[in-house]
Amino acid sequence: MPTIVVDVMPKAELLDPQGKAVAGALARLGVDGFSGVRIGKRFELTVERADDATLETVKKLADEILSNAVIEDVVGIEVVE
Amino acid sequence: MTARIGVITFPGSLDDGDAQRAIRLAGAEPVALWHGSHDLEGVDALVLPGGFSYGDYLRAGAIAALAPIMAEVKDAAAAGMPILGICNGFQMLVEAHLLPGGLIRNAHQQFIRRDQRLRVENASTAWTSQFEVGQEITIPLKNADGGYICSAETLARIEGEGLVAFRYVGVNPNGSLDDIAGLTNPRGNVVGLMPHPEHAVEPGFGPDTAAAMRSGVDGLAFFTSAVAAVVGAAA
Repeated sequence: MPTIVVDVMPKAELLDPQGKAVAGALARLGVDGFSGVRIGKRFELTVERADDATLETVKKLADEILSNAVIEDVVGIEVVE
Repeated sequence: MTARIGVITFPGSLDDGDAQRAIRLAGAEPVALWHGSHDLEGVDALVLPGGFSYGDYLRAGAIAALAPIMAEVKDAAAAGMPILGICNGFQMLVEAHLLPGGLIRNAHQQFIRRDQRLRVENASTAWTSQFEVGQEITIPLKNADGGYICSAETLARIEGEGLVAFRYVGVNPNGSLDDIAGLTNPRGNVVGLMPHPEHAVEPGFGPDTAAAMRSGVDGLAFFTSAVAAVVGAAA
């Protein structure tokens, strides 16, 4: 069955405390070359049909439930067979 | 009349019992309500208690904000019923768009528990009328996701309209914008805050004060304010 993947990230202008903690851990390990880490969420929605109507529904769900527009952005919606 | 104040229990609510006790100590009758119901049982006011509803999955308060009873909570808010969201309850109120902005992980990433000083910024709400503007109070704070954020436009609006109900004093414990600890809606019936007034209502069980250990009862006035609002509205 097809899967629709929704990616949600904290807004770029907001502090991402989790990403900051991981970036700090990388620096402590002596791993260099990484100036920033940001952590988001990936939702995998299994559907019977990935048609236009379903995608429209997913887009609405992504905006209204899977993400909170005050603190997050939906950065990708894609169909994975 | 005796005010009847409902406390809604969600899966993962922790402080519903303490909220009921605070309501009783304020002279009102607590009414236990269930998230899966559509019945507010005729209560005069509502408390959304603290805890970790649905394990904070998705976002803190997000799944609870979609619970069946939240339809009635939104209607009650629109009708002017006093509604207080404490900690996880505050997170539910912002996720339900009854208050503006959002709450994210504390800036320092740690869960924090401390007796927190606050300044009352708005004493004209249903839950703060027994305070004075500028009064400093101390009640417990305990959360992981207490960092208040919103857009620059929203911040300008809530500051301009006096919708900040409480501000952190001394220490900003979680990185909240403008030291915001709690908000009210423009009508003053819906109030949310991260710290816990229900844990500071009875001598022997509250924060330490200069007078004696655990004697702090600064949280009681939240509930007596609501009782006054309800009884005043009925009179």
